[in-house]
Amino acid sequence: MKPILEVKNMTMDFGGLRAIDSLDLYINKGEIVALIGPNGAGKTTFFNCITGIYTPTSGDVLINPQGKQERINGLKTNIVTRKGLARTFQNIRLFTSMTVLENVMVGCHAVTHTGVMGAIFRGKSTLAEEKFIVEKSYEILKKIGLEKYVDELAVNLPYGAQRLLEIARAMATDPFLLLLDEPAAGMNPQETAELDELILKIRDNEGISILLIEHDMKLVMSLSERIYVVDYGKKIGEGVPEEIRNNPVVIKAYLGEEIDA
Amino acid sequence: MDFEYFAQLFLGGLTRGSIYALIALGYTMVYGIIELINFAHGEIYMIGAFTGLIIASVFTMLGFPTLAVVVLAGMAAIVYSCAYGFTMEKIAYKPLRNAPRLSALISAIGMSLFLQNYVLLAQTSDFLPFPSLIPDFEFWEPYAHILTSPELVIIITTVVVMILLTFLIKFTQIGKAMRATSQDKMMAALLGINVDRVISVTFIVGSATAAIGGILIASHIGQINFYMGFIAGIKAFVAAVLGGIGSIPGAVLGALVLGWTESFFTGYISSDYEDVFAFLFLVVILIFRPSGILGRAETKKV
Repeated sequence: MKPILEVKNMTMDFGGLRAIDSLDLYINKGEIVALIGPNGAGKTTFFNCITGIYTPTSGDVLINPQGKQERINGLKTNIVTRKGLARTFQNIRLFTSMTVLENVMVGCHAVTHTGVMGAIFRGKSTLAEEKFIVEKSYEILKKIGLEKYVDELAVNLPYGAQRLLEIARAMATDPFLLLLDEPAAGMNPQETAELDELILKIRDNEGISILLIEHDMKLVMSLSERIYVVDYGKKIGEGVPEEIRNNPVVIKAYLGEEIDA
Repeated sequence: MDFEYFAQLFLGGLTRGSIYALIALGYTMVYGIIELINFAHGEIYMIGAFTGLIIASVFTMLGFPTLAVVVLAGMAAIVYSCAYGFTMEKIAYKPLRNAPRLSALISAIGMSLFLQNYVLLAQTSDFLPFPSLIPDFEFWEPYAHILTSPELVIIITTVVVMILLTFLIKFTQIGKAMRATSQDKMMAALLGINVDRVISVTFIVGSATAAIGGILIASHIGQINFYMGFIAGIKAFVAAVLGGIGSIPGAVLGALVLGWTESFFTGYISSDYEDVFAFLFLVVILIFRPSGILGRAETKKV
């Protein structure tokens, strides 16, 4: 079986700057994979290239959710989402003036069909769909453990809960692969531990594969089955956590070169 | 103070305000979603009035009953205006979405001039008489000296439109998509929302309310011409800014405040200075509340 996401020889240039340099990466179904590297290494750019925010200068982004590989680079963002890739951002980007439930309901857009006419004339199918969306959103919030906040405005949630809500909203799009950009940023150790558990639960119970950008090494090492390390847009290492921990190139990129006295 | 006179002015202001509100909604919704002042919006309203006149004349000539004429003319005006609003966005604004905002603004002014002159050439530069589509209701007779039947219809129609719109935006999926898109287009797209489609819907909804406003005012005043969209558009724009551009309740509130200001100043002071009062009031409000009555004060990080 081919990997569910396969990135082949992808390069992304911004004018003269090469942000990503012929990167290869793959994720198998049900895997939790981490992408790490120093600040400015091109990790978020990589996410942007996969999700259609940028179109890569060259290379292939291939997905394979149901046994048929498909090239998705150059597709519009909302189409990529509908194909089953969902993501969160480093900074919180919730819809602040909406309630928690509404935030998740917006995420259900990827799986709904009602148009304006349906919204105005409110036929049977529209009503059924709206009911389905509310139920589905509530279900997701329960899984993530946010059901006690349903009717709160998103902006009033504690920080950790806001981060979880971002994940809940991404899950509403029915993804096969969830791209998490520094989900633990700013969390306290207890919240991080809960996040660790939650990500495992999402993978185990929902069968959603995870690609994770993270600086919290404890989280990365405990969660990931494989790790990719990038620096200056180039892949400088890949392997299981144990290999990465002992890889001299990786250590050099993170800690700098030893100075021989 | 004469209470009846006061009531007349109050309700007259409410009627004006309702019309401004119907047009202001289009400005504020479009601004809320793509941060563009759509200067051609007043022209959509004018096109609505023209379509209404043409269709109403045809069906009156064919001998249709009044109610059928009103409904058909209204529907035709809405459909036609929506088509114009939709096309306008695709031609004049969509290609400029990532251009500097000034370019889109100039494109909007160009669109406005184009549509004015297009109607001028295709129709006429004269004032055309518009039939009074709304009859005087018998049951309303005792109150007609304070508020005429057409004015009553204008106010009721506006309230109904507002309720429908609030429902659309607050409770439906497309409404949620609109709110999401207006706050964060990229995030909306990442959640599977077709942002282009949401923007089109916004233009269509705004055009529909403008067309309703166009028909109502034309039937109330009794005449239309190709230039009518300009001053109405400016007034509605003022209303939207007054209330806080981008905010829908703000647009309605701004429109009502503007309607009452005009009505009371002209009623108690002088009718020669109607526009002077309106714009003076705008300046005063914006000095004290630069982001409008209900607008959120934006603190920009420097």
